[in-house]
Amino acid sequence: MGEIHLTGHPASPGLAIGPVAVLTSAVVSRVTKGDPVQEAAALKAAIEGAAVELADLIARVHDEAAEILEFQVAMLGDDALAEGAYEAIAAGVAADDAWRAALDAEISGYRAADEEYFRARAADLVDIRDRVLAGLNGANTIAKISGDSVVAGDDISPSTFLAVDWTRGGAIALAGGSPSSHVAMLARSRGAPMVVGLGPLPWNGQPPSLALVDGDAGTVIFDPHPETRRLFEHRMAAANAAQIAADAGRLKPALTADGKRIAVLLNVAAPEELGGLDPAICDGIGLVRTEFLFEGSRGLPGEDTQYAVYRRILDWAAGRPVTIRTLDAGGDKPIPGVTVDGERNPFLGLRGIRLSLARPQVFRVQLRALCRAAVHGTLKVMLPMVAVPSELDRAKAMLDAEFSALTAQGIACARPPLGIMVEVPSAALCAEDFDAAFYSIGSNDLTQYTMAAARDIGAVADLNDAGHPAVLALIARTVEAGRRRGVEVSLCGDAAADTRLTNALLATGLTTLSVSPIAVARLKAAIAGVIA
Amino acid sequence: MHDANANRSAQMFAPLTASAVLVNPVGLHARPSVKLTQCAKGFIAKIEIALAAEGPWTDAKSPVKVMRVKAPQGATLHFRVAGPDGEAALAAMLALVHDGFGEA
Repeated sequence: MGEIHLTGHPASPGLAIGPVAVLTSAVVSRVTKGDPVQEAAALKAAIEGAAVELADLIARVHDEAAEILEFQVAMLGDDALAEGAYEAIAAGVAADDAWRAALDAEISGYRAADEEYFRARAADLVDIRDRVLAGLNGANTIAKISGDSVVAGDDISPSTFLAVDWTRGGAIALAGGSPSSHVAMLARSRGAPMVVGLGPLPWNGQPPSLALVDGDAGTVIFDPHPETRRLFEHRMAAANAAQIAADAGRLKPALTADGKRIAVLLNVAAPEELGGLDPAICDGIGLVRTEFLFEGSRGLPGEDTQYAVYRRILDWAAGRPVTIRTLDAGGDKPIPGVTVDGERNPFLGLRGIRLSLARPQVFRVQLRALCRAAVHGTLKVMLPMVAVPSELDRAKAMLDAEFSALTAQGIACARPPLGIMVEVPSAALCAEDFDAAFYSIGSNDLTQYTMAAARDIGAVADLNDAGHPAVLALIARTVEAGRRRGVEVSLCGDAAADTRLTNALLATGLTTLSVSPIAVARLKAAIAGVIA
Repeated sequence: MHDANANRSAQMFAPLTASAVLVNPVGLHARPSVKLTQCAKGFIAKIEIALAAEGPWTDAKSPVKVMRVKAPQGATLHFRVAGPDGEAALAAMLALVHDGFGEA
């Protein structure tokens, strides 16, 4: 039997190997059904029993897990949840059917939500539904899953997750699911690798016996060939050793083997990522993506909303520099009402700063919010996808105008330094021609535009190599432009987190790298092994 | 439970209204909904929320109903409060929203 490769989305990082435990939704029907009064009493008892079980579970878990279960307890304790079920029971429907129908209606309301966050809460409602059903049916709530298993299924409920001892090295591979689900949050905090969105799991009847889960890449291999497995185990051993060494150095400043100080900054896609993080692990934030503010369908975010979010990030950084990127929509990041639909080649179309300049009414709101937030810390603002100096000049004029207008109105504000993201080869080649306060190299797009190969197109993905001499030459040229103009140069693409490239990147003269929080420890350890 | 009291209160006291913008990261999601309803249950007043000044109004003491509102970040949350402790209730609700429900 051949190995099966599936690609989904990473939800919790790390590598794992283990026997496959398939989650099945066991449906046990109740044998005896009573009259409406008995059925209502049975449902009431099952709901109260479920609340007691959850309270027991809360007493055994901590913090985040407890808060998630408290949400379930609050929902169960609300008569509004079972209202529809009791009405159906009074009309002669059996308790389990009535409860299932009521909860399924509630769940479909969540699944239809515009926002990923609310859609992801459907899993909590499923959890509540099944726990009460199990009580009604007299079944054991949760089948035991051994902690070293790769749990495979459509989705997994928080209470199923919490019933497993994840310290034993297991992982999760889901056909559906969401990186925003409560389980994904829990998996990240417990260090259990998790991949979601794999699509239909392709076995009929006979499930695979072994799985390799790559929570960094978002891939799963079922029934691997012995050679595939050996290579994977090799990677796991190396990653484990590196992680142990790295964790020890996470809070320390990054120094090369010969003592040169390298600044390590964070890439942040949403402010929630900063929750629970110690700012001492970094020298600041090198990239705040602002696209998250524009997701969802309730219209564009207002100035006050943006200001509040920017300010919270600056407050978290406690004086450390924070670089916020203006809206980088278009390309692979469409935003209803802002981006253009049906472009023949969106990556070469109206995206990044081009789009912001074409939508000045949207751009001005963001610039005003940024000026107001700038008084709360060390804020820098960077423009994405700049190709020619006039784009920077036009944005600068708009920033100055908004700053003046706010000042004239007596509103507290500051004019943040304006830099550019270097991700178009023209900007790298002519970096010195830009009157930018700093350069931040976006290695993902710079690589794709230099090599003319997208990394998500499998047939050409091997050409998409950030370590190619052509890409490194453009990086070195940008670093040199920054040195001559006396402005800072950093790199914030995925190449910064690829420790195979750390040596080559530092050799270009870069002294500032920006990576996602999860990669900080690994990067600092890699830097310590480089002679600059 | 509270309903009998709340209804009586609502008849005797003119409703107070106010609004606040949801500033916490993902809107009125699970944890803020629980906090909001727990806080609301501490008052006798009938407390309702809505996404628009003209309603539809939702009982702020029911987590199930509050979650059904699916209020996203940046939405303006309107409050309508009626009862003997209405002013204190409204102040507590607004403080909770302004404070982002205590979320970082």
